[in-house]
Amino acid sequence: MSWITDTLTSTIGRKVLMALTGLFLILFLAVHLAGNLQLLMNDGGEAFNKYAYNMGHNPLIRVVSIGNFVFILLHIVVSILLTRRNKAARPVGYKESAGASNSTWASRNMGVLGTIILIFLVVHLKGFWFEFKFGAVPTVDYDGVSFKNVYLIVQEAYKELWYALFYVVSMGFLAFHLSHGFASAFQTLGLNHKKYSPIISGLGKGFAILVPLLFALIPVIIYIKSLG
Amino acid sequence: MNLTLNVWRQKNTQDKGGFKSYQVSDVSADMSFLEMMDVLNEKLEVQGEDPIHFDHDCREGICGMCSMYINGKPHGPQQTTTCQLHMRSFKDGETITIEPWRAAAFPVVKDLVVDRSAFDRIIQSGGYVSVNTGGTPDANEIPIPKKIADEAFESAECIGCGACVAACKNASAMLFVSAKVSQLALLPQGQVERKERAEKMVAQMDAEGFGSCTNTGACEAECPKGISLTNIARLNREYLSAKLTSENV
Repeated sequence: MSWITDTLTSTIGRKVLMALTGLFLILFLAVHLAGNLQLLMNDGGEAFNKYAYNMGHNPLIRVVSIGNFVFILLHIVVSILLTRRNKAARPVGYKESAGASNSTWASRNMGVLGTIILIFLVVHLKGFWFEFKFGAVPTVDYDGVSFKNVYLIVQEAYKELWYALFYVVSMGFLAFHLSHGFASAFQTLGLNHKKYSPIISGLGKGFAILVPLLFALIPVIIYIKSLG
Repeated sequence: MNLTLNVWRQKNTQDKGGFKSYQVSDVSADMSFLEMMDVLNEKLEVQGEDPIHFDHDCREGICGMCSMYINGKPHGPQQTTTCQLHMRSFKDGETITIEPWRAAAFPVVKDLVVDRSAFDRIIQSGGYVSVNTGGTPDANEIPIPKKIADEAFESAECIGCGACVAACKNASAMLFVSAKVSQLALLPQGQVERKERAEKMVAQMDAEGFGSCTNTGACEAECPKGISLTNIARLNREYLSAKLTSENV
């Protein structure tokens, strides 16, 4: 086992863990977004509620969702270990540092961005995931079958301006995190190629703009609709 | 030109150290940065003060000794070594801040001089080829495509100055180690010890206390020899495939 632990605790090994869990979470974001966009359908929430039910009851999805939580946790724990090591690698800092001239702001602040996203995640899970699983959610009947009406909870939540705003701002931070993380993950895995790296970099930038933007659009549209 | 220099002064490794301000007048724009430092040091010696210690050797941009962190950048505003930096890159009346490389693995010896033996120990752990080289081989005896030869040469351009470590927010040595692993991994002579080399050099890099790579690209931007990030991707590949396929348990 020693070679496995050696590999996974080396700086490169830890970065690989960050990259693999990060890429999984990127995939998760895309799937999550596809599901959430159903909130914008004009069907009183039928599609979204049925989708939410399936997500909670399909055994395969349940396994993947446990994996998702494990990967989020791993992404956080390994990032803390790496950050501690990186801070220790420079105990005395510079008086003057021109970081802006040689690297992007996002790439230098992935830890800060990640922490903000974690705060968002806690609020987000408490507000929706926890409510859906353990809260007293009103039900709605479709063709005589009763479903939890998560759609309603979402509609109610985003009527609050500060809550909708919190989501929009958080997606901004997610965009910056992704703008570096997407392509960086491939570089860490050694996937660098003259042909594909520019494509990956372009896809990363596109993903970092489009996905958070569409996520942010949902609370904005629901809030505007709630104004009547 | 008249300049104000804010220089890090530190008596020895144990000393806490601090910045001291110096005035240098009548600096020619054609002087190199090190010549400007020489002029200041001559003045300090005449005044009976301890001159500012800094590393330098070839003054031709090929040895990598002149480690100075100038105005927030390793080797100052130009992407070159400090000896090849000229005073025309600065404005009259400017205040210049000069600091040593900052990394746990590069302890300050005195003033701007840091101990970079950590790099030597990384090379000693695997950055070599243990073959009997014999006499001078015939040209083209070992066929190597021009493109590969060029690529290996580009990696071999690394002079081990440590600007990558100094520029990196994590004080990571990945660009240095990746260049040293790449130059041998690309060539037939390097194949025998290829896996062992990647494993041992990364292990030594970690043992020296360098940080991890966040792919910010600061090292590539500041490297006086233009060593590219593709080397780091190659090191990641070399290390992972070595760990997965070597027989070292």
